[in-house]
Amino acid sequence: MASEGLTNRRRLLLTDDAGRVDAESWRPQPLSAHRREFPAAGACGLIEEIDRAGLRGRGGAAFPTATKWRSVAGAGRPGVVVANGEEGEPLSFKDRYLLLRRPHLVLDGLLLAREALGAARAIVYVSSAAGRAAVERALDERADADVEVVCVEPAYVAGEETAVVAAIEGDRPVPRAKPPRPDQAGVDGLPTLVQNVETLAHVAWIRRHGAEAFRAAGTPEEPGTFLVTVGRAGGAPFLHEAEAGLTLAEVLAPTGIDPRDVRAVLAGGYFGGLLTEDAVHGPLSDRSLRALGSGLGCAAFTVLGHDDCPVEAAAAVLRYFARASSGQCGSCVRGTAAMADAVERLRDGEADDDDVANLRRWSAGLRGRGACALLDGAATAAASLLTNFAEVVDDHRAGTCARCARARSAAGAVVAPDAATTRERKERR
Amino acid sequence: MILRFDATKCSGYGRCAEHLPSLFELDEWGYAALKGDGVVPDGQEEAARRAVADCPERAIAVVGEA
Repeated sequence: MASEGLTNRRRLLLTDDAGRVDAESWRPQPLSAHRREFPAAGACGLIEEIDRAGLRGRGGAAFPTATKWRSVAGAGRPGVVVANGEEGEPLSFKDRYLLLRRPHLVLDGLLLAREALGAARAIVYVSSAAGRAAVERALDERADADVEVVCVEPAYVAGEETAVVAAIEGDRPVPRAKPPRPDQAGVDGLPTLVQNVETLAHVAWIRRHGAEAFRAAGTPEEPGTFLVTVGRAGGAPFLHEAEAGLTLAEVLAPTGIDPRDVRAVLAGGYFGGLLTEDAVHGPLSDRSLRALGSGLGCAAFTVLGHDDCPVEAAAAVLRYFARASSGQCGSCVRGTAAMADAVERLRDGEADDDDVANLRRWSAGLRGRGACALLDGAATAAASLLTNFAEVVDDHRAGTCARCARARSAAGAVVAPDAATTRERKERR
Repeated sequence: MILRFDATKCSGYGRCAEHLPSLFELDEWGYAALKGDGVVPDGQEEAARRAVADCPERAIAVVGEA
């Protein structure tokens, strides 16, 4: 499905098929077509160019890319570069798109990183058979590609940078304590760049077109474009390329989702919590979303309509986090389960004063207590529910709402999990 | 002296917080977290060494003397 409303926008990574996500129909762009668009270019001066472009990581943390590259380069010994395509965040599809549809763009970025950093190994890290096949097919097409592919079972924490390092070393793909960060001591103790595949695609684009052209999109603080997944709770996701400063309403326009029928917005996959309908009309930027206690994250936004309930959505998100915890950190195991239990009681009209007081305390006090950020994501979900939907929470204290009562009798949650999360849930039952 | 704490190893014995409450804080289930950047306040080095040595899970390590 074409997205007419955005076709006049700058499009750096998406080719012709922004629109409804249909992973089955995606075919990798062949090397011949890719080379016409992206002629080969060396990595000389690339870190400075990325710095001038102001590129930040697109995996969720928005860390300045040039800073990370300089840290790996500064170690003074050959390291490892990893294209991270493990898209663990539910409701995000952009990394899958790039792996399946534009693998050569990702490989260009990865090989540029290897050259710029003088790395000894280059690895593509994926969590689906389709992604692995697309990357291996692309590697067969090119002579420059001495690249390894590592494939793991999909899981929320499997894309976290220390989990990526663990998996490449042959361990279980679960997070490790930091420090050291992978850029200090990663795979086999070597300095390791773990970079999201979209970020690497932007690197390739910047090498071809330059920092100035990249900065023509976005804002001075948040230059360039970013891939956005939008969808309605329970509906099919759409993929777009957007730039900072657009509103979510503008991104929603071509999807057929009515921006007036928005009760809440689930931001950053599950990681950015629940925002009010006001978020639809505010600028889509990390800065403005951070001001709301959220963040751009992986730029996946799921809209809840007036028939959906934010309490039910928060309960689903928190239960997801509780199940997705790798079970290593006690605060996370206990904290995510306790928050999920409390919000489920709220959903079911059974919460007491202690439940709400506990939620308030946990949502603030548990932050930062895990080795990875999963517990922080759960805390954000709870905090955003209490802060942004205080009246809805109060209503649920008086008894369950009609929507939650329906949901309780029906199977499934308001937030439809993708195939990966469904698989994970089954594994954990 | 700088400490590193590995939350994935903690089993909630809580001895760190007894020895060094200025740096270790337990949650309500007894699991520890390191406060701040792990820099041991002047004069508490001996307590820090006890916290490191007393952790049955070896979740605490001295990583620097800065």
